[in-house]
Formats: sequence, structure tokens, C-alpha cells
Amino acid sequence: MISISMLSLILGIALLITGIFAMLTRKNLIRIVIGFSIADTGTHIIIVSLGYLRGRTAPIIDRAVNAADAVQKVVDPIPSALVLTAIVIGLAVTAVMLSFVVEMYRKNRSLSIDDYQELKW
Amino acid sequence: MIKYLAVIVSVVGLGMIFLPIVTGFHEAEQLSPLAAQYVEGSINDLETQNVVTSVIVTYRGLDTLGEVTVLFLATVGVGLLLKGTQEDRLLMPFSELLETTSSVLVAMIMVLGIYIFSHGHLTPGGGFQGGVVIASGFLLLLLASSGTKINHLVLNLVESVSGAAYVGIGAAGLVLAVGFLSPEILPLGDFGRLLSAGAIPVIYSLIGLKVGSELTSILVTMGGE
Repeated sequence: MISISMLSLILGIALLITGIFAMLTRKNLIRIVIGFSIADTGTHIIIVSLGYLRGRTAPIIDRAVNAADAVQKVVDPIPSALVLTAIVIGLAVTAVMLSFVVEMYRKNRSLSIDDYQELKW
Repeated sequence: MIKYLAVIVSVVGLGMIFLPIVTGFHEAEQLSPLAAQYVEGSINDLETQNVVTSVIVTYRGLDTLGEVTVLFLATVGVGLLLKGTQEDRLLMPFSELLETTSSVLVAMIMVLGIYIFSHGHLTPGGGFQGGVVIASGFLLLLLASSGTKINHLVLNLVESVSGAAYVGIGAAGLVLAVGFLSPEILPLGDFGRLLSAGAIPVIYSLIGLKVGSELTSILVTMGGE
């Protein structure tokens, strides 16, 4: 029996590898950015799955979770906090990358990575 | 062809790196000591219902300050890259139905965003989520109403005042409480009330305003107003 956290760990790794594969093989700049986004999502799922504890609930103390035995009832709050940070940073990085793509397209009228040879060795 | 082969080899190699993580993975039975400390501290020391919020705003507050800075830098970067590159575009006239509905919806979206960031210490949500909801309201306004002009001065003012107030509250913790970004500068109040958890709701509301205005200015810049 495969557990839910194991399943999401595998899914996260699969997404991460898919994203990196997309970044390496696609020619279109926007598709490369999409590949980065997919890889980013994969890392988020991996981090969250590492903090999951079976049969426990979200780390919010309310009627469902007594303050007295909260430590026995909730999942790890640290990965959730880290992923929240990572999502925001990923959003910022994606926005900057897309602005670069727009600017590159304005300069050279091309979205193909093959037309940008300046940084190739 | 050679290139594809190299890509496949490197991707498979990457998969091999991750393989030990999967095979050696076993679900934890208990919270790690640090996490247990955070959960207990959030209940006993900070009077905060949402443990994730207390981790983000207080225990890892410095990280969040850095994160807000990164978001600010991204906004500046987007603005710098896309500055002054206006292109003429064909704008279809919007239907009256769309414009009227969107102006009604925007008010509700704003209220939802404010609710989400002001209740970040009680329910799921917080400054980042609420800020994104507010920015999505502005996005609706930009997309669905012709001739929407968003005042850059107000955006910049909200953004810089909330950022400065965030750092100011953090610094006040050095003098009035135990350290930088300590929420105990305000009375901690009763567990589970809106006005509880000291400065945490104040800080998260400021983050919400800052994130909302930053994302809105990214959207406005990218829309090439």
C-alpha cells in the first residue's frame, strides 16, 4: 500500500524532472519559462510531502484541534511556511523572466533560443 | 540527436539522484522537536491560532522580510525592463454587461482580500494570499473595463509606507519587546480573537497591502498601460 505522502513525493519528483527536461529541450523562450514553473511546482510538492504526517490535520488550532494535545494532532508547519515563501519567490522570478522574454522579443523579434547565440560558447 | 541523448542521460542521472529519497522515505510518526516547539510556542507564547502564520511572521520573520524584499526587487526589475515600451494595440470596446459586472465584483474581491489578510492569524490565509486576491481584483479591472487608469503615485505610496511600517514595527520590537520583529509590542489578547496575537495581524496586514500593491504594479506594467 503506497502512502499519500509517498505518492505526492513521487509526483513532485516527476514534475521536477519534467520541468527540467522541458527547460533543456524546448526552443521557445516562453516554453522554457513554463518548464521552470513546472519544476518549481514540483519542488513545492516535494517539500510539502516531506512534512505530512498520517491522519493529522492542518496546523490551525480551532475546535477540531485542542490546544492541549495540538502537538499530537497537526502536521509539520515548517514545510508549509517554507512553501508559502517559495511560491511567492517563484512568482517573482517568473515575472522577471517573462519581462526579459518580452524585452528580448522587442529587440530581436524572435522567441527561439536558437536566435540568441551571444551566450553560447 | 547527440544533444537529445545528452539531455536524456542528464535527466535520467537526475532521477537517479532522487531515487534514494524515494526508497529511503518513511513517513514520520512525530513532529520534529523544532516543529513541536513552534506549535507549542504559537499556542502558549504568541496566542496565535494559525501556527503557519506564527512561523512565517515571528519565528521566521526575518526570512519573510527578505521575501518581501525579493518581491519588491522583482517589481522594480519588471518595471525597469518594460519601462516606456508602449505599443499600440487594438482594443475592442467592452460590452456594458462586462464592465458593470466587473465593477460590482471588484468591490467584493477587495473585501475578500482584506478579510483574508486581516484574519491571517486565525484562519488559513494571510498577507501573501490576501495581497494576491487584491491584485486579482485589479487585474479584473484592467481586463474588463476600458480606460482603467491606476494611479501609480497611490500604488507607490501604499507600497513604500507599508514596507517602512513593517520594518518600523520590527525595529520597535528591539526596544519594546524581546527582539527584532517580536509581536509582543502589542498586548497579546485572548486566543482566537481578531485583536489577538500582538503585532502579528498588523504585520500581516501590512504585508498584504505591500504584496497587493506590488503585484498590481507588476500587472499594470506588464499590461503596458
